[in-house]
Amino acid sequence: VTRVAILRYPGTWSERDFAHAFTLVEGVETEIQWHEDCDLRGFDAAIVPGGFSYGDYLRAGAIAKLSPGTQELRRFAAEGGAVLGSCNGFQILCEAGLLPGALLRNASLKYVCRDVHLKVENAITPFTRKYARGEIIRIPIGHGDGNYFVDAEGLRRLEGEGQIAFRYTDASGARGVKDANPNGSLEDIAGITNARGNVLGMMPHPERLAEGVLGGEDGRRLFESIVEAVE
Amino acid sequence: MPRFLARVLIRPKTEIRDPQGEAISRALRSLGHEIAEVRTGKEILVTFDAADERAAREEAARMGDELLANPVIEDYEVALEPVRAGARA
Repeated sequence: VTRVAILRYPGTWSERDFAHAFTLVEGVETEIQWHEDCDLRGFDAAIVPGGFSYGDYLRAGAIAKLSPGTQELRRFAAEGGAVLGSCNGFQILCEAGLLPGALLRNASLKYVCRDVHLKVENAITPFTRKYARGEIIRIPIGHGDGNYFVDAEGLRRLEGEGQIAFRYTDASGARGVKDANPNGSLEDIAGITNARGNVLGMMPHPERLAEGVLGGEDGRRLFESIVEAVE
Repeated sequence: MPRFLARVLIRPKTEIRDPQGEAISRALRSLGHEIAEVRTGKEILVTFDAADERAAREEAARMGDELLANPVIEDYEVALEPVRAGARA
């Protein structure tokens, strides 16, 4: 059985949605862990869900990076454990230095909550292997600080190493068209991995569109990917 | 130990777009001001005790590096001043 830990910080709000999404995949046990009591020994994957940890005070994810749970995540990631951060989880992973770059305020200054289209740029990560490279999928977002930034050197590295997992596009896969990029992210970046490929951060919420009853199931294969990858 | 007040001034790096500054700039123009550019930042006031001014300066720099600013997107500077006993920031 695959064991997945889902971290909960003060202000996290997507942990139960992630736990539910994993019930759609066979052979998975999930456990929601309070960040102060986080212990990832014996787990195959860890999820850092969305929300507003510590009220986004100072910067989104800035206080959470100091939590014992984030320390434990560092250890787990260094040992090769699979770590997925979504939305606030992505912000926390960037603040913690587990992923390069930072998430700025949306260029529109507005909180954006809607479905977006993503192009799968890398389908050989533990999180995307059930997708096809170049495939366009539909996943919701809900954030005010999702505008990805990294300096020129960092961008070259991301592109050179295949670390860009998802880009924002329109439904046909086109970039640079109106409303395709919801937040102003550099190079339409929606999700990235670390160099080793075992840590993924993405602003969209795959757990919110993982079954037909919710209006779409493009998110489900991300969960299937993780389970297949760690088996 | 003497008490110090560190005014930590944090600004987005020059190559970072500042949409908040752009919105303020448009608002100022709507009032008739001829604005070239507006950039925003934030100031964090930290009051703390340290052995002397040098120790206080070093500690404030550590606070900036470790937490108050994100070096990927922000620069910061610290203005340090002594706080007289009984005075408030």
